[in-house]
Amino acid sequence: MNPILIAVIVVGAMGLVLGAGLAFASKIFAVEKDPKVEQVREALPGANCGGCGYPGCDGAADAIVSGKAAPNACPVGGAATAAKIGEILGIVVDTSTKFVAMVKCAGGKEECGKKYEYYGVKDCREAVVAMGGDKACAYGCMGYGSCVNVCQFDAIFINEKGLAEVDKEKCTACGACIKACPKNIIELVPYDKAVHVACNSQDKGKDVTAVCKVGCITCGICVKNCEFDAIKIPEGKNLPVIDYTKCTECNKCVEKCPKKTIHNLKA
Amino acid sequence: MKLVLILLSTIFVNNYITVKFLGICPFLGVSKKVDTAIGMGMAVTFVMAVASAVTYGVQGILDSLNIGYLQTIVFILVIAALVQLVEMVLQKTSPALYQALGVYLPLITTNCAVLGVAILNIQQGYNLIESIINGTGGALGFTLAIVLFAGIRERLELANIPKCLQGFPIALISAGLMSLAFFGFQGLITL
Repeated sequence: MNPILIAVIVVGAMGLVLGAGLAFASKIFAVEKDPKVEQVREALPGANCGGCGYPGCDGAADAIVSGKAAPNACPVGGAATAAKIGEILGIVVDTSTKFVAMVKCAGGKEECGKKYEYYGVKDCREAVVAMGGDKACAYGCMGYGSCVNVCQFDAIFINEKGLAEVDKEKCTACGACIKACPKNIIELVPYDKAVHVACNSQDKGKDVTAVCKVGCITCGICVKNCEFDAIKIPEGKNLPVIDYTKCTECNKCVEKCPKKTIHNLKA
Repeated sequence: MKLVLILLSTIFVNNYITVKFLGICPFLGVSKKVDTAIGMGMAVTFVMAVASAVTYGVQGILDSLNIGYLQTIVFILVIAALVQLVEMVLQKTSPALYQALGVYLPLITTNCAVLGVAILNIQQGYNLIESIINGTGGALGFTLAIVLFAGIRERLELANIPKCLQGFPIALISAGLMSLAFFGFQGLITL
């Protein structure tokens, strides 16, 4: 027989047999998938940022449908996505407040000096290896922009003071910068709240004053002046914490803070 | 003894990536993070070992029909179908393993390193056991190379690289240097 014919027949037959075999196998080994997973996946943003803590949007959709995660688990999609998912699952979702990242440091080049001149790789995670970084304050933002590099939404930048700053409008609270920051300065705060403590130092007042002009010295004036019991210094800590559910943004603490550590971003 | 030599030789001396230059596309594509590189390596190990065994049998059939010249195209078909089948079986029977390997399996259906191992097994005249050992060794070599390379690339992320070399150019240069290093094993084992 003609060798070309043999080749055509053999490969063609193999293709048919294998194809049929695979089709058959896909019936036998079919894994039943909840159609809701597909629908929820469609409703999610699809950025695969991992902000929800699951490996990509597929993982999140699985977790939401199986009940392991809340319908509003996606911090990027926010209220709109949560409502859509709630519709698919047939449950009412209380649309969670939108969060944004905030950099808890105000000690820029002017306010907080340097321990030494750093000439290494321009990356915070590298810089921190050399004696905890070049910043005089061990808790402060070094401004080498590890957070900027990991942000997929272009929402964080290094401002003119040499500090990382978040663009509230672009931020999706995916948490990538929070994980990247070796000093743990970045924190999620409610989008609609403007009064924040812009310091991360757990040092005593005297040590803070020695290195930074705007660092919190734990004087407690903000706590005393707050009429709404919204700002407190937890026991054993050297930093006030704002309870955002109670804060009315009366601006008392912002005005009274002797170091101007507490900021009102709206002002 | 010969089996041990085959294993060591395919891992180091005849490494499929750095010496034979097969399977370069997953090597560059999935080597950004050590985690994913390990996942890919595991998937390749699994597939290469199974593919070596199956293609050995297929070659026997081809030889008996006297159509050995169809080897390449038949192997491609068989390996692709095999990987698809394995993926389905894994998804049904072992969801945990599927989670670990699942994303990488479709990537290697037509991987040239897998095909290369299958064809080289036949060329070397290995028997079934030797074929499987050679396949496993080749895949372990692949894993070694890709994990090392992923480690290098993670460091490169932080390094101060000239703009024109950022990304793939520097990755290719590093791959070349790594390949040179692997050539140092040359002549260590002669079968």
